[in-house]
Amino acid sequence: MTLTEKLLARASGKAFVRPGDNVWVNADTLLTHDVCGPGTIGVFKREFGQNAKVWDRKRIVIIPDHYIFTADSLSNRNVDILRAFVKEQDLPYFYDVIDDPEGHWVFDAAKGQLKRQYGSSYAGVCHTALPEKGHARPGEILFGTDSHTCMAGAFNMFATGIGNTDAAFVVGTGKLLLKVPQTMRFFLEGELPVGVMAKDIILHVIGDIGFDGATYRAMQWDGPGAFSLNMDDRMTVANMAIEAGAKNGVFAADQKTFDYVDARIKRNGTRSEYTPVDPDPESEQSFVFDKKYDLSKLEPTVAQHPDPGNRALAKALDKVKVDRAYIGSCTGGKTSDFIAFAHVVKGKKVAVDTFGVPATPLVVEELRSTSIGGDSVWSILENSGVLLTENASCAACLGGPVDTFGRMNKPMVCISATNRNFPGRMGHKESKVYLASPYTVAASALTGHITDPREYLS
Amino acid sequence: MASIISGPVYVVQNNIDTDQIIPAQYLQLIPTIPEEYNKLGSYAMVGLPESLYPTRFIDLEKGESKTPYKIMVAARNFGCGSSREHAPIALGASGCEVIVAESYARIFFRNCIATGEVFPYELSAPGLSQVLKTGDYVEVDFDKDEIRTPHGTFKLNPLGEVKPVIDAGGIFNFARQNGLIPASS
Ligand code: SF4
Repeated sequence: MTLTEKLLARASGKAFVRPGDNVWVNADTLLTHDVCGPGTIGVFKREFGQNAKVWDRKRIVIIPDHYIFTADSLSNRNVDILRAFVKEQDLPYFYDVIDDPEGHWVFDAAKGQLKRQYGSSYAGVCHTALPEKGHARPGEILFGTDSHTCMAGAFNMFATGIGNTDAAFVVGTGKLLLKVPQTMRFFLEGELPVGVMAKDIILHVIGDIGFDGATYRAMQWDGPGAFSLNMDDRMTVANMAIEAGAKNGVFAADQKTFDYVDARIKRNGTRSEYTPVDPDPESEQSFVFDKKYDLSKLEPTVAQHPDPGNRALAKALDKVKVDRAYIGSCTGGKTSDFIAFAHVVKGKKVAVDTFGVPATPLVVEELRSTSIGGDSVWSILENSGVLLTENASCAACLGGPVDTFGRMNKPMVCISATNRNFPGRMGHKESKVYLASPYTVAASALTGHITDPREYLS
Repeated sequence: MASIISGPVYVVQNNIDTDQIIPAQYLQLIPTIPEEYNKLGSYAMVGLPESLYPTRFIDLEKGESKTPYKIMVAARNFGCGSSREHAPIALGASGCEVIVAESYARIFFRNCIATGEVFPYELSAPGLSQVLKTGDYVEVDFDKDEIRTPHGTFKLNPLGEVKPVIDAGGIFNFARQNGLIPASS
């Protein structure tokens, strides 16, 4: 069996499953946030009753992150709905924006967008926060009410996005009926050259197989190139499986996985036992697609407007002028992403409005404590003219309410380290978003047009 | 339900993602609250760029809150992007009843079934969205699995196991009717 088949077989109590089988899968964790949590709670109560109890209070993780730093009152209300449910059900894993369990969340627009407005338990963008807070465990099943839930496949998990109704079913029963997907294998060889990042790998592959090239399928990452990647990079690659339509993306676990996961479980005191799923011998895995990619041949890659599969090389797009640059999101807002960005902009000034949104409060701390040549990453970005906020969240990655930090409220062209660029994704529906690595976004911010970053890196 | 749904069609092309079906700025609306459900419906497809879709699915300027188009025809990868269940719900709440697309994104397709809001029919061959124009009169026949249009009749892949779930009004009703979960709480 492939990794995905093994994960689903174990979670459905079967010795063997094959693609196309419909199986009832037991969930290990259900993740939800402020945009889909209230609707999920609504369906749960409607279907299971006002006094119903969740299936397992320790397996529900609620991370508000989408529409937090906005004065939109319905958005603020939605965080309160989550808090009330958490209280009623006595859920231990709620990463509230405020510290007062009796309080109400209200964003104070007068204080501006840049200064921290959250309390001590807030965790930031859910997919980055989930492993950071010790909820990613190899071999487990994660369902989440968000399409990028597949990011946790980096940790040898079966992780997939579901809707509110399916999520409410999981909240009540702990199970979901799933069809076992076929597996596509991406065998990576070689190592990334200077100036090329994990984002370039996944943009290259999506361009190769198409925006719907993996629909209903699992993307399994394999080969020495896959294991050469650190966990941040694997997360970026797994995250964007959905941009090719996949059900999930998955890596085998290695020592890097265990070190990352164990350290965070220890720091947070979360459940520590887990059993990874090891790959079966080559002859016992069957792939519907199997292709080798040589990482050393990749170049800085861009997904052009209007979809993540519209691939071009950065160097071929130098005629494309940009009005704005953006670094942030679950895929592009990790500490390593900002460090890469800082290497390019250090000592220089950006030429266009550039917005930086760390994925989590921990990233904010790390940007302050990590330095390059004596300066903190945070100050390097600020000194280069980047508008950097402490308010870690999804921000303009998905547009959001009109007062969202970095949102495009008129037609503009943006180069962005985020993960999705359909029309309207970052705000105005006539704006254009180009997706690229933090290196490429940084270089383009300096020049005002799409720029191959290699000339800025030695 | 009726075995034929007929009326003017709304036509869209490839990669209509859930942001175009219901833009992110309206996601604070909670679908299980009736007023907010109706509000979601009034914004269905408002994210389509005017430059590509000058005829609107719902004419907000004329004060419409429902769509005159019960049927939508699309090309590939309809409903891609975010997993928001607000998308099929907005379509259902707007008065749209059936989508006929070349292909769907997985989560959207599943959400149609889970919520029972709209029928996601698949065309058996590509090209219909290229010849059909918004406003053309079409008939979707659930018994014959076909769509009849001014440009001819096109076969649809049978809805199969999906149809009884949507007929029941979604996965919970279906699960109850079939004893998969207890009858009522
Ligand atoms: S950062 Fe963007 S892609 Fe990631 S969860 Fe938030 S909205 Fe989704």
